[in-house]
Amino acid sequence: MIQSAKQRISGWGRCPVEECAVFRPEKRRDLEELLSEGGPTEYIARGLGRSYGDAAINGGGSVISMVRLNRMLGWDAERGIVECEGGVSLEELIDTFLPRGWFLPVTPGTKFVTVGGAIAHDVHGKNHHGEGSFSKYVLDLELVTPTGDVMTCSPERNPDAFWATVGGAGLTGLILSARIQLHPVETAYVRVDYHRCENIDTVLAAIRETDQQYKYSVAWVDCLAKGKNLGRSVLMLGEHLPLKDLPLSIGGPYKVKRKLQPNVPIDFPSLMLNPLSIWAFNTMFYAVHPSAQGKIIDYNTYFYPLDAIHNWNRIYGKRGFTQYQATFPLDATEGLVQLLEKLSKSSRASFLAVLKRMGPASRGLLSYPFEGYTLTLDIPMKASLIPFLHECDELVLKYGGRLYLAKDVSTKPEVFAAMYPLLNVFKEVKGKLDPEGRLSSDLARRLRIVDPRKTDAS
Amino acid sequence: MSNANGQSIVILGATSSVARALAHEFARRGSPLIFAARDTDDAAVIAVDTEVRFGVPTQVVRFDADRMENLPRTLERCLEVADGDIGGVVLCYGYMDEQKKAQADPDIAERTMNINLTSAVIVLEQFAAYFADRKAGFIAALSSVAGDRGRQSNYLYGASKAGLTAYLQGLRNRMAPCGVPVTTIKPGFMDTKMTFGLPGLFLVASPEQAGQAIHYAIVRKKDVVYVPWFWRYIMLIIRHVPEKIFKRMKM
Repeated sequence: MIQSAKQRISGWGRCPVEECAVFRPEKRRDLEELLSEGGPTEYIARGLGRSYGDAAINGGGSVISMVRLNRMLGWDAERGIVECEGGVSLEELIDTFLPRGWFLPVTPGTKFVTVGGAIAHDVHGKNHHGEGSFSKYVLDLELVTPTGDVMTCSPERNPDAFWATVGGAGLTGLILSARIQLHPVETAYVRVDYHRCENIDTVLAAIRETDQQYKYSVAWVDCLAKGKNLGRSVLMLGEHLPLKDLPLSIGGPYKVKRKLQPNVPIDFPSLMLNPLSIWAFNTMFYAVHPSAQGKIIDYNTYFYPLDAIHNWNRIYGKRGFTQYQATFPLDATEGLVQLLEKLSKSSRASFLAVLKRMGPASRGLLSYPFEGYTLTLDIPMKASLIPFLHECDELVLKYGGRLYLAKDVSTKPEVFAAMYPLLNVFKEVKGKLDPEGRLSSDLARRLRIVDPRKTDAS
Repeated sequence: MSNANGQSIVILGATSSVARALAHEFARRGSPLIFAARDTDDAAVIAVDTEVRFGVPTQVVRFDADRMENLPRTLERCLEVADGDIGGVVLCYGYMDEQKKAQADPDIAERTMNINLTSAVIVLEQFAAYFADRKAGFIAALSSVAGDRGRQSNYLYGASKAGLTAYLQGLRNRMAPCGVPVTTIKPGFMDTKMTFGLPGLFLVASPEQAGQAIHYAIVRKKDVVYVPWFWRYIMLIIRHVPEKIFKRMKM
């Protein structure tokens, strides 16, 4: 059997940090052996570690790193369907298939996530309002359950397992492989229109007006602006650039200039991020983005601005940060405004917040996205933050909103249960796939998706 | 170098993460690949992966360095599946068990020598004759820094790799007149299945970094390279500690 390494690991927010026994299979056989003969009794899969909170850590237990199971298994060039192992990253998919005219059907704000992770959190992107979440493009997937069975799941085959696995935070099994429908594009570029909006009302109106005309839509909100400027934003609307509009100077439809990729080598001292520096950043962002039409931007700059800085999470220092994301129903914009006000007043410094209209939900039992407005922002971690976040959670719940498992780090089990009415159905399906309760994580225990450990004092 | 001219590159021991990363470097530049491995199921997955990513033809050949009786036909079997000529061979496999076990169990000691040294000699001689005849091609092999000096913590593995290093040195000397480069790769710490979870590793190279460095060394027809490069200097120091002192050190 392959050996494990004791490692202290965390999510991308770098809080909490837990010691886990990490296994890293390099082939299917390693994984089969690991699960069959006296392997770990309690484990969770982990990809590239980009979920922010405690979804892919398992303190005192085991973690199975899937990153070396990253082989592509097939490619249908006619229909743009790729079959690959769960550890393949979105970056690898782009590097391989964008030069052939195919892009991801849905992408989150980083390409450093695995296909398995994208499925396990049913990730969404700037096109959710029109095109839904990642699971919509998963034709089928292979799930290895703790019994060692390999199950092919799709909306037609083993649908219960499929809809529990998409958005299921890895708690139904290990995602060995998947077939994914890619999206045809003519260039590697996006044409972007920018609209400056003075406050939350104007940005919401602008989103309603423009959303259906554009494939991609997202607003960056200055969450330090107060009073009549509350929710001051820049709405960014994008379309894949058609070949006929490609400037000759670019030199080819899929040519993208390689940029320097700076690294953040060390933790920044926590003083670096203070209300003044954040205010300066947010004000500057607003100032350098006047309303403009038809700017042509390469896919990296448009979809993955932060990927250009490796280890950007270190700017929040040793204590880490949390990314708070909540979706409110369409008719509950009042709740959204209240949350924004609460954050703005508290001066808990954050860089830009992101606001986006979401489309209809998928059928994933624990999938996060549903029709409404989602607000996302980074908040540096402090002890005093947790009670504040609990207040925010109550507000979100009151307006019928919901939090995202890929990001949450602090909500209470009863709040979570109230936000996810299908939780009991999920638990039932998980019970069938994992009768001995081997799949677990810090997140699963914190939110009582699984029972607490018998040895836990709590 | 025989890249992208349709000549196949043979990767012996193709299922390690470093071998795969190296294969990707060749495939990226258009070379067809022949993956020789014991685990042909996994090699087939790696072959398909390489085809999907880089659109080059690939083949899989069953190859088990521990089965001496099959080794003399290695080149023949590669030629059977190759579409055209073979342009180069890279030996990527190795066998390392715990030193203490190898000391106590002659089978493990023998296996270490057989896989790391004897099989390499039997196989590479076939390729050497083939390339010498054609006055073209290249040979590269992954030896180890462990072969630079015997240490109590893994001298059996180290001895087998020292033998391989000396063998490659001689082969390089023999092949130089026919213009066939022989490259000895000496990896330091790499983040592989062999080393995952071992304590005391530092400045570990990822398989991708190692693959790029090894490919570069082969293309530039280097003689001996350390991967990562600074291991040359670490080993320079280690090799120069006087034996009187070295024999009392705990390494």
